[in-house]
Amino acid sequence: MSVSPSALPASSVRVVRPAAGPGDPLRHAEHVMGTVFSFTVRDAGRGARRAGVEAALRRAVDRLHRIDQVFSPYWRDSQVSRLARAETTLADCDPELAEVLERCREVAAETDGWFTAHPGGRLDPSGWVKGWAVEEAVRLLRTAGATDLSVSGGGDVQCVGGPWRVGIAHPTRPGALTAVVAGHDLAVATSGTAERGPHILDPHSGRPATGLRSLTLVGRGLARTDAWATAAFAMGPRRGLAWAEARPGVEALAVLPDGRKRWTSGFPALVAPGLPPGRALRD
Amino acid sequence: MRRAVVASSATVAGIVLLLSLKPHEAATTPAALGTGTGSSGTGSSGSPGTGAGTDAGAASPSAGTGGAASGTVRTVTGSAANTRFGPVQVKVTLDGTKITKVEAVEYPTHDRRDQEINSYAVPLLNQEALDAQSADIDVVSGATFTSQGYATSLQSALDQAAGR
Repeated sequence: MSVSPSALPASSVRVVRPAAGPGDPLRHAEHVMGTVFSFTVRDAGRGARRAGVEAALRRAVDRLHRIDQVFSPYWRDSQVSRLARAETTLADCDPELAEVLERCREVAAETDGWFTAHPGGRLDPSGWVKGWAVEEAVRLLRTAGATDLSVSGGGDVQCVGGPWRVGIAHPTRPGALTAVVAGHDLAVATSGTAERGPHILDPHSGRPATGLRSLTLVGRGLARTDAWATAAFAMGPRRGLAWAEARPGVEALAVLPDGRKRWTSGFPALVAPGLPPGRALRD
Repeated sequence: MRRAVVASSATVAGIVLLLSLKPHEAATTPAALGTGTGSSGTGSSGSPGTGAGTDAGAASPSAGTGGAASGTVRTVTGSAANTRFGPVQVKVTLDGTKITKVEAVEYPTHDRRDQEINSYAVPLLNQEALDAQSADIDVVSGATFTSQGYATSLQSALDQAAGR
């Protein structure tokens, strides 16, 4: 399938909640990259300001489809797919592809090779691209003056401003949470087997990583936080948590295969206050 | 078992704190030394005059008014340096121009804050599951759902609830 993103009609942006009153949050859900991106802009305002934020939202959505076209390993005609089949050269591709591969190499070095742009031996930089795409959408919304917003790319979240309360999905109980974190300017990325089974490969053994049910990293920028979460998930609980503990600016929450949880020393400081334990579900 | 988790994470916190402070202390100490040497170089007890020396200026040498003659013991307190764990301030004792003692006079009081945080956060983290209804969340982080999986996801419920 080959859609020209620039030809997407403006109406393809379904504003879930239209401007019903002054200062209502602007919300939108967009199917793209095989998942759904959810947007919330709290300070979309009204009138001309709101129109500006809505225009930025359309540009952000456009940008996501364009990134998907170039970078998706699932589209046969994407540049990533063509490069993987050696039908083109990096020099002939979008310059952003070379930049993305450079970022992937950086993350691979930062994680001692536990992140790779070639999982299973085939070019697939998705582990970086989705978080980066969220950051790109955020950047475009900010150019319209939005300062209090969140964008989720299928469950990986970048918040700007705040405070934002981010629920961390329970890995085996649909609809329940395993924790809630709160704060400003958070990036929250979760890797796990709940939605798509064991799909993260251990780059060293080539087999799916199974040492964790889920691993959540909280950092600042989502592209890196998300890629790091993929790497730390592949590392497994012991190595993954030790790695996160040693890295400044990142905290981790791990759910083990038996349901027990482990976390880094700074994680409790991120836990959202205001939820008394008595209101939590019993086992 | 839970205690073991908390204890081990507290130990790790302690280690991280120590490791993290190390470079900051190293960075702070030369600043304190710089001001100390400056004041001994001019041979007066006046202001050290370095950029970081405002606090050090107040902390004039406690012993020995003149020069840096060997055997003159004095203490110089550096200005507080901000680290990611809070302010750190170092007092240096010199015998002439030789450092005989370095001690922290101010250091981050994180233990108490950690205790406060842990008193509410750890019981929550130890809960097996939390009810999303009462958690008052804005957005959900979880394993990446497929386009189809979104339909039954908590995020979809949040998106739709807001649209009503």
